[in-house]
Amino acid sequence: MRYLPHTDEDIAEMLQGIGAASLDDLYVTIPQKCRRGRELDLPAALTEWELDDHMRGLAEKSAVPPEFKVFAGAGSYEHFIPASVHHLLTRSEFVTAYTPYQPEVSQGTLQAIYEYQTLVARLLGMETANASLYDGASALAEALLMAVRITGRNKVAVSSLIHPSYRRVVRTYLESSGHEIVVLPRVENGTTDVSGVREMKDLAAVAIQSPNFFGCIEDLKTAGELAHGEEALFVCAFSEALAYGLLKSPGTQGADIACGEGQSFGIPQSFGGPGLGMFAAKMKYVRNMPGRLVGLSKDMDGKRGFVLTLATREQHIRREKATSNICTNGSLCALAAAMYMASLGGTGMRELARLNRDKAEYLKNRLHKAGFRLPFSAPTFNEFVVEFPPGFESTYNRLLEKKIIAGLSLARWHPELENQYLLCVTEARTRADMDALVREIKS
Amino acid sequence: MKEIDELNLPDDVRYAESHEWARIEGDMVRVGISDYAQDRLGDITFVEFPQLGDVVGKGDQFGTVESTKAVSDLFMPVGGEVAAINTELAESPGLINSDPYGSGWIIEVKADRPEELDSLLTNAGYLELLRGLD
Repeated sequence: MRYLPHTDEDIAEMLQGIGAASLDDLYVTIPQKCRRGRELDLPAALTEWELDDHMRGLAEKSAVPPEFKVFAGAGSYEHFIPASVHHLLTRSEFVTAYTPYQPEVSQGTLQAIYEYQTLVARLLGMETANASLYDGASALAEALLMAVRITGRNKVAVSSLIHPSYRRVVRTYLESSGHEIVVLPRVENGTTDVSGVREMKDLAAVAIQSPNFFGCIEDLKTAGELAHGEEALFVCAFSEALAYGLLKSPGTQGADIACGEGQSFGIPQSFGGPGLGMFAAKMKYVRNMPGRLVGLSKDMDGKRGFVLTLATREQHIRREKATSNICTNGSLCALAAAMYMASLGGTGMRELARLNRDKAEYLKNRLHKAGFRLPFSAPTFNEFVVEFPPGFESTYNRLLEKKIIAGLSLARWHPELENQYLLCVTEARTRADMDALVREIKS
Repeated sequence: MKEIDELNLPDDVRYAESHEWARIEGDMVRVGISDYAQDRLGDITFVEFPQLGDVVGKGDQFGTVESTKAVSDLFMPVGGEVAAINTELAESPGLINSDPYGSGWIIEVKADRPEELDSLLTNAGYLELLRGLD
């Protein structure tokens, strides 16, 4: 297969057309010091079977399920994907992920997105949801920019217990455009200290993640009331969408915007991407919502039809004043999530969420009984923090050799939390897996 | 779309180059968009208003009008405080199309310097501007 679409003849013809003698002549405006000046140092081309071997070798270096029993989540979760989702998703009608640019001829695609939006809005208890964004992190950053647009204010308060990668993306989006970010500290039980919100003037938004990065379930209602008391928008973020199969939805707790990662719903972990940015809001803010939105309408004969709604706010029409300049959604990922949610149904979602929570509680109790401290007392969903004795790294590495990943050390992001590990238990871990983990840690 | 000569450009309002009109009504200045603006935008579907009490300078943005084709910014023909908004437009934004100088008005401004109105175009000056655009 050729990867360069232009033949030598094409190139010669184009150069002649614009009056350049050669490619070098075309690039003459690029200063010499900005040029590489030598050939790229690339290895020789491989045959397909050699490349296959090479890629397999790389894949074998990573510690991934099912070979490894992984007790780490932290934003990427191992959930079973029903065969029906994979089968439907790989149908050729769906597999082209790009947003259609002559959308209304693709009624099937629009209907699928519309159903995805409906399911997301119901899961999160919100009035409207968009066709998705890239991932949880960019969804949160877009939510904060949306709050800035709505309130006309420049400052946002962000919980220190939001996923650290999400906070980095938020900083990239907001700080570079001159917005102020105030970080909310945490209290002893592992949740966000929102008491300071009262003293903060001119806030556009208060953003809390629940369950938060430590797995703890936040008191959204109180945070929302405090935000609204300051006439700021309340943004509820999440990295584990499945939690809302069991927890009260952000909408019922006063969220103006609910946004987060939807990878848990039928999307493979695959090195952490691609993900799915779920984004939902109150209807009164719909005109400020970033991204695409599919609506239901009637054609001139009165028949049901799906349309792109409020497209006049998007970048191809409104240019620099668009609500967002990243509005290619992850349609295929959104579709996977819609199929996953529809496969489980409301009852299935609740049962699966409960199973995750119950299994995580089982491991939590076993570790507690085995003498390990649980530093945070707030209730959790399928992740929790446990403190292991000093020098645990050697145990961790020993377990790794036995193909068990004993969670994730928090010291990388929170140096003061030395020896504290974030553990995750989904439906993919069996009781035998958990008993083996506890046994190995104790020995 | 209307021909330039078919446009309704009354002489009791003044016009901004950004196609808003302004008219003194008692001690307020009433603001809307011209017949040319509504005609070129097409069916208006939504108006985004400022907050009552907002103080906006002459030439600064105070809201948007959304049609089936585009979302366009609205600019203040005179600086001042937003004293009233036409709440009828929330239910019936099409009034801007059917009656742009009457029931389709958008906001009323308590002007800081009502004499700023004199710097705006007369209907003859505005017509000349439009002839240059088309």
